[in-house]
Amino acid sequence: MVEFKLTKEQLLAQQMFKDFAETEIKPIARDMDETEEFSMDLLEKMKKFGIMGIPYSKEYGGEGADVLTYTLCMEEMSKVDASTGITISVHTSLCCSCINDFASEEQKQKFLRPLVDGSKVGCFGLTEPGAGTDASGVKTSAVLDGDHYVLNGQKVFTTNSGFADTFIIFAMTDKSAGTRGMSAFIVDRNTPGLEVSKNIPRMGIRAASNCEVALVDVRVPKENVIAGEGKGYKIAMSALAGGRIGIGAQSVGIAQGALDEAIKYVKERKQFGKPISKFQNTQFLIAELQVKIDAARLMVWRAAKAKDDHENYAPLAASCKLFASDVAVEVTRAAVQLLGGYGYSREYPVERMYRDAKITEIYEGTSEAMKMIVGGGLLR
Amino acid sequence: MKIVVCAKQVPDTTEVKLDPKTNTLIRDGVPSIINPDDKAGIEAALQLKEKCPGSTVTVVSMGPPQADVALREALAMGCDDAVLVSDRAFGGADTWATSSTIAAAIKKLDFDVIITGRQAIDGDTAQVGPQIAEHLGIPQVSYVEDLNVEGEDTLIVQRQFEDRHQIIEVKTPCLITALAELADPRYMTVHGAFDAYREKEVKVWGLADLEDTIDQANIGLKGSPTRVKKSFTKQAKGAGTILKDLSADEAVASIVGKLQEKHII
Repeated sequence: MVEFKLTKEQLLAQQMFKDFAETEIKPIARDMDETEEFSMDLLEKMKKFGIMGIPYSKEYGGEGADVLTYTLCMEEMSKVDASTGITISVHTSLCCSCINDFASEEQKQKFLRPLVDGSKVGCFGLTEPGAGTDASGVKTSAVLDGDHYVLNGQKVFTTNSGFADTFIIFAMTDKSAGTRGMSAFIVDRNTPGLEVSKNIPRMGIRAASNCEVALVDVRVPKENVIAGEGKGYKIAMSALAGGRIGIGAQSVGIAQGALDEAIKYVKERKQFGKPISKFQNTQFLIAELQVKIDAARLMVWRAAKAKDDHENYAPLAASCKLFASDVAVEVTRAAVQLLGGYGYSREYPVERMYRDAKITEIYEGTSEAMKMIVGGGLLR
Repeated sequence: MKIVVCAKQVPDTTEVKLDPKTNTLIRDGVPSIINPDDKAGIEAALQLKEKCPGSTVTVVSMGPPQADVALREALAMGCDDAVLVSDRAFGGADTWATSSTIAAAIKKLDFDVIITGRQAIDGDTAQVGPQIAEHLGIPQVSYVEDLNVEGEDTLIVQRQFEDRHQIIEVKTPCLITALAELADPRYMTVHGAFDAYREKEVKVWGLADLEDTIDQANIGLKGSPTRVKKSFTKQAKGAGTILKDLSADEAVASIVGKLQEKHII
């Protein structure tokens, strides 16, 4: 064990994330949820202050920070708004990592640079109506025609797709080869035949953009395939493994944000002649919830540090996501209960947090899929 | 243009609570921030730098070693250099001793413009900036709410008063004191936060480093002529009264009546 502390650089960056979240996001979070629309003004500010390129090298225009700092960002943003969290996460952990970790130098200069220097936003198209936890069910096809691949198919629940500039699309180049027949393509939004439908109505993270994407004879240059034909499944699984650290951090943020609201409320709310914080039931509950959040945070940091140190982080990422998402749902549920009727009202943010928390048990791998990874590793 | 900004680390008074028994501030566990007027000054300096390519911004602070983090924040916002003036010998300084010490440090730097905040939220004196200008023998413009450059050595500044504005042209070198309204401070960037520790440096200057520019009779507690008789919390001004729908004569009569009622006239 080396140490259990953030570095000075990480602490300073964390202060910046807190300031940004409190000033720029908190005041508009409720409105964004109500209108189901992510603020483009906010997105521009996020790009300007380096929030979209945190763990990527300065060599490509990124911020030159690390995965652990990125989790601090995910936590602070998600404390006030989980939709902002997932917007950053899909861009950073899913889209950019496919290019950063697998693409050629030329592809990185061309496609990664604008994504991490704040010029463009990315999204990740793997999930299809028939391909969820079993990603090998992808039906979208890619057929070589001269210097181009022609893509046809349907993607669903594609986060950021409403405004993203760069799409990573997974499609089958060889349907007979199973997962080894899947390839990853970098597709520009403006390519003819790529159609993004309206936002899919959802229970939570309603401000995030999450649409269906149709691909009809979309011609993608051959040089936009990442790491050659047949590497798509491996790239997708690797990106999702890293993404789970971000979702773990998002879960911690949602939970801490809800508990902070509850702590503030119980100190002010009087019933039976005293603040409800004076009741032992409240004190015990707050203590139990905070301990769980702390445990989840440490698991997230452990996975992030392992990724920064190029160790085998995938099982740690699955563990932290499994635990943290469960904590997020439990804490937000308890926070609504602590605020009572006010917690249930849309005048307070905890009902939104409760709705937002649920998705953390589903996306980027369901809790059941996480158990398959963790259990599978133990019982090998 | 060589720009020097002075910044003070202060307790975040929005987070300070009063001890209900002693009626004094509880400072334990209160986060420290860059004084808001000073932060506006940093932003103004960075904007000035952007308008005048080739400029540099050096941020100077006097305080204990912990003030390092405030300077790192200024570096993370985009300042080029930072100097922390820190020595036990400087402790207990009032505004006179503080301004003497900071002026001694600034004498060792090249400068065209010095920007200080109007006042710090923990002391509210508004004296240190103007005193630095006096020590350095340069012109000063206080309460600045707008700042523009004209040519190579002229600033056009707008001063704010309660009832009017004043637009002044001033030649460099000069000192201005910034109001929070002067500029809305930018956020640090993520790479800025990392560079602030990895690529940039906070120089620490103690008494020994300032020997040739400092007057040792004017530093620290001993060099501080101020004696604090009493501290008190500012009382908020009441809301004003607006008289409507009256003729001029009626309004005058009403105002005179109210003043007499309060025994002011």
